[in-house]
Amino acid sequence: MIRFTDVTKVYPGGTTAVGGLSLTAPTGQITVLVGPSGCGKTTSLRMINRMIEPTSGTIEIDGRDTGTLDPNELRRGIGYVIQSGGLFPHRTILDNIATVPLLLGWDRARARARAQDLLERVGLDPVLGKRYPNQLSGGQQQRVGVARALAADPPVMLMDEPFSAVDPVVREQLQDEFLRLQSELGKTIVFVTHDIDEAVKLGDQVAVLRVGGRLAQLASPAKLLSDPHDDFVADFLGRDRGYRGLAFAEAPELPLRDEPVVLLGSSVEQAAAIAAGDRWVLVVDEARAPLGWAEPGVLTGVIDRDHLHRGGTVARVGGSLRAALDAALSSPSRRGVLVDDADSLVGTVRAPDVLAAIERRPDGVPA
Amino acid sequence: MNLLWRWLTDPASWEGSAGIPARVAEHLAYSASTLVLAALIGIPLGLWIGHTGRGRVLVVNLVNGMRSVPTLGLLFAAVLVLGPLLGGDIAFLVPSIFVLVLLAVPPILAGAYAGVEGVDPGARDAARGMGMSSREVLFRVEVPCALPLIFSGLRSAALQVIATATLAASVSLGGLGRFLIDGQAYRDYGQMAGGALLVAVLAMLVDLVFAVVQRLVVSPGLAPARTSRRAARRAAAAALSPT
Repeated sequence: MIRFTDVTKVYPGGTTAVGGLSLTAPTGQITVLVGPSGCGKTTSLRMINRMIEPTSGTIEIDGRDTGTLDPNELRRGIGYVIQSGGLFPHRTILDNIATVPLLLGWDRARARARAQDLLERVGLDPVLGKRYPNQLSGGQQQRVGVARALAADPPVMLMDEPFSAVDPVVREQLQDEFLRLQSELGKTIVFVTHDIDEAVKLGDQVAVLRVGGRLAQLASPAKLLSDPHDDFVADFLGRDRGYRGLAFAEAPELPLRDEPVVLLGSSVEQAAAIAAGDRWVLVVDEARAPLGWAEPGVLTGVIDRDHLHRGGTVARVGGSLRAALDAALSSPSRRGVLVDDADSLVGTVRAPDVLAAIERRPDGVPA
Repeated sequence: MNLLWRWLTDPASWEGSAGIPARVAEHLAYSASTLVLAALIGIPLGLWIGHTGRGRVLVVNLVNGMRSVPTLGLLFAAVLVLGPLLGGDIAFLVPSIFVLVLLAVPPILAGAYAGVEGVDPGARDAARGMGMSSREVLFRVEVPCALPLIFSGLRSAALQVIATATLAASVSLGGLGRFLIDGQAYRDYGQMAGGALLVAVLAMLVDLVFAVVQRLVVSPGLAPARTSRRAARRAAAAALSPT
């Protein structure tokens, strides 16, 4: 657990970067610091490992005041990931990852074995270990940065916008893998971002900071979206809060309908017969995984992949209300496709049924 | 051309304490001692300034200022001032080396400083954040990353020193400059041209030695163009080979 007690940082010249911040980052959870530029989020993060010294107040890690510890020893016990990756260009990937174990005095063989292990853990090809950072893509470099921070298995990790320098598709992958990794490792993580969507996606709790380093609200993402404390937080969260908040509401049992399906490669006549007058028919593969919608009325010959309408998103049974509603809204037939954990079709749901489920939720706001 | 060839092929040119091998050895000795002294001054100072960020103004002014100093004039001034204090052979040697060192320090200092200064701030931040002490950051991250520029400072200093060490002959010392000075005195143009040619060849050979050492010492991770081109070639070869 990391506890800030009335922490203030005033820079020479009088700028208050952080003003009287008190908050607790619980053990084993991700606490996200988010806010506009100049809100002191990075300063707050860097005060935890004393890259910046607080002007007043205390920061404790598991009850120990960090101000009383040797800064270098403190830092060796805390994972640190930064936006630019900060890899050492003159060292191979393996040697980069092994940095902290070697600083801690592990023998080379053990440090290397650990590095090799972590390389795979973060989803990188083991052959990359012998390369140098400039031979890797930005996304790969960020993974190495995460592996390097994990190398000595620190209980606490500090992450300063680690995914913001990569393109959106890679960012999403990195976020998903980060969540998977965290579900295995259960580190105490403080994560800084300026991107509220990232904050809401990754955080177990989110601290919204306003300019001058004052805490505007500390809450779970669902609570934040449904019950922003004031106009500043509401504005910062942006539009579609109601809809985005549904991402945190697990869908109850929805009234699913059986959906007639055709196999990919069937003739259009077969498809038209199965559609039985409906304009759209769902196409699946042998494992009943939905592939897309086809419109038999405008097609001839056999149905192949090029004919499929791919606009519809697919939701998982037991997933969020947001995913289920989006599946219905995005489907050309207006029937949202739901699958099980094996990606096999379970049935379809219509938007009014999802809305009815949303309406039936207990009033008020989530805790 | 003819005169040059005659001088170079004359066995007498290669013999004795005034022969080509002996003069080359003298020239190398002056140059090497100059470079060692200049490196001992310039590298630590450059690393310190780059690491701490203190004294940047000094670097800029020193480097620019030194470029405008007339070497020959400085040499005579140094001999006049220092010579009487020393006496004997070193009365000329010390002022010469002193002036050459003054010439060699600025490029070496600038190289070391720019090398450390240019290290990716992210790498430096990460190094500190992982718990490296200031000294560890310098020697494990900044210096290895600065090596290409440290080498380029050393190489440009070496070229300047080898070329300028010919001036030592003008204050009655040895080295390849003797062929230039004596050649001119005796109107032996073959000898003059030969001396000039030897200086140029020596400078190129020394630079080549530095280039080889640099390749061995500098991490391949710091040479993006070469490694990535090689990687691209390997990838292309893999794509073309039937599997």
